[in-house]
Amino acid sequence: MRAYTPKDDVQAKSYYTDRYYVAPQVPKSDVESDEVFASDLAAIKAKFKVKEAFIQVEQMVVYIDAKDIYGVLEYMRDELEYTQLSELSAIDWLAKDNTFEIFYQMLSMNKRKRIRIKYFITNGQAVNSVNELFRSADWSEREMFDMFGIEANGHPFMKRILMPYDWQGNPLLKTYPLEGDEFAAWYEVDKIYGKEAREEIGPEIRDTARVDRYDSERFARLGHEVPKGTKITGDEPVTEQTYQEDGGVFLIKKLDKDSSKVIDDPQR
Amino acid sequence: MAQHKVNYTQDGGLPVALTSIDKIVNWGRSNSLWALTYGLACCGIEMMASGASRFDFDRYGTIFRASPRQADVMIVAGTLTKKHAEFIKRLYDQMTEPRWVISMGSCANTGGMFNTYATVQGVDRIIPVDLYLPGCAPRPETLQYGVMLLQKKIRANHASKAQKAKRLM
Repeated sequence: MRAYTPKDDVQAKSYYTDRYYVAPQVPKSDVESDEVFASDLAAIKAKFKVKEAFIQVEQMVVYIDAKDIYGVLEYMRDELEYTQLSELSAIDWLAKDNTFEIFYQMLSMNKRKRIRIKYFITNGQAVNSVNELFRSADWSEREMFDMFGIEANGHPFMKRILMPYDWQGNPLLKTYPLEGDEFAAWYEVDKIYGKEAREEIGPEIRDTARVDRYDSERFARLGHEVPKGTKITGDEPVTEQTYQEDGGVFLIKKLDKDSSKVIDDPQR
Repeated sequence: MAQHKVNYTQDGGLPVALTSIDKIVNWGRSNSLWALTYGLACCGIEMMASGASRFDFDRYGTIFRASPRQADVMIVAGTLTKKHAEFIKRLYDQMTEPRWVISMGSCANTGGMFNTYATVQGVDRIIPVDLYLPGCAPRPETLQYGVMLLQKKIRANHASKAQKAKRLM
């Protein structure tokens, strides 16, 4: 796998750089501005260590310690009425400081509020599974394992969920190449036919926009079809496609184009 | 003998048709193309529409079967992921010969817009394909046209000779 280099506006930079550009941030407001969130935060703070908390887009974001996650979610579910874990995943900050940011999106139907619990782990560290608390965490944690390689301690079935079990690499990492490394590019060929077949089947053609009008192996010009592999000169005669051979088909009535009705109004 | 309303002396003579083995076998094969129910993605919806009442595949003798062992033609309708690649090979191997494959839509033809690590870039990397249908997704008319072209292709074969099995490799 190739090394990761940050590609923030690489193309724009060579032409124009705004010296006074400030990356836009979603405005953060104080937790005290919302009564429900303020009381929830006070309740969490009484039992657990809270590193940072603010409100962003009408949702409270709370940063906690990684070891407290099970306790915090249990407390929120049982005492604070946040009964649903709607999403759980990670954010790759490996290029910045070798960490992952894990988030848990909590929903309270009674209070009609959402809280996002977040914490950081370093690369290679495992998280505590919350599968015991929320069934939705089962697949989410498996997906996090699949996509980022972050294991969840105490999960009953810590295996890949989307990619095949014998896949190498974690596709949502920012270091993961879109066009695939050698393993990904040859995965199906290696698995089904073996490595010897690579020569015969050939590499993947990844440029989907490439159209070669002189290639009669892969393309046909509609109305000017030629047999596969014919050398294209550019002045191919018009070929009329018929459904039936000239002599007709056994036991089937010959299609008479003149007597058939052609519907050329798409709005019929 | 049952009392028919047909007057054989007037309407085309006796109920006998003379033909060759090639023609009758190919007539049977090409007009009862049982297709494997194999919708992988959104093209599958168009394939279902082709089978449903408005377009009515039954007119062509194309009836969708749920088992590869009863199917003659596999219509690969949709995106083939690399995880699924081994299973399409297994299903193809279970079909009895002679068998045909229609690759339906851009994804099955070339990988289409899914230019990613997880998509097989063309189903012909796994199994031999007889007919490629362009489109994203192809309309049911395109699939009907494709089946008619496949029928034409089948009729061009010599049924009496053992057909060379198609192999990718």
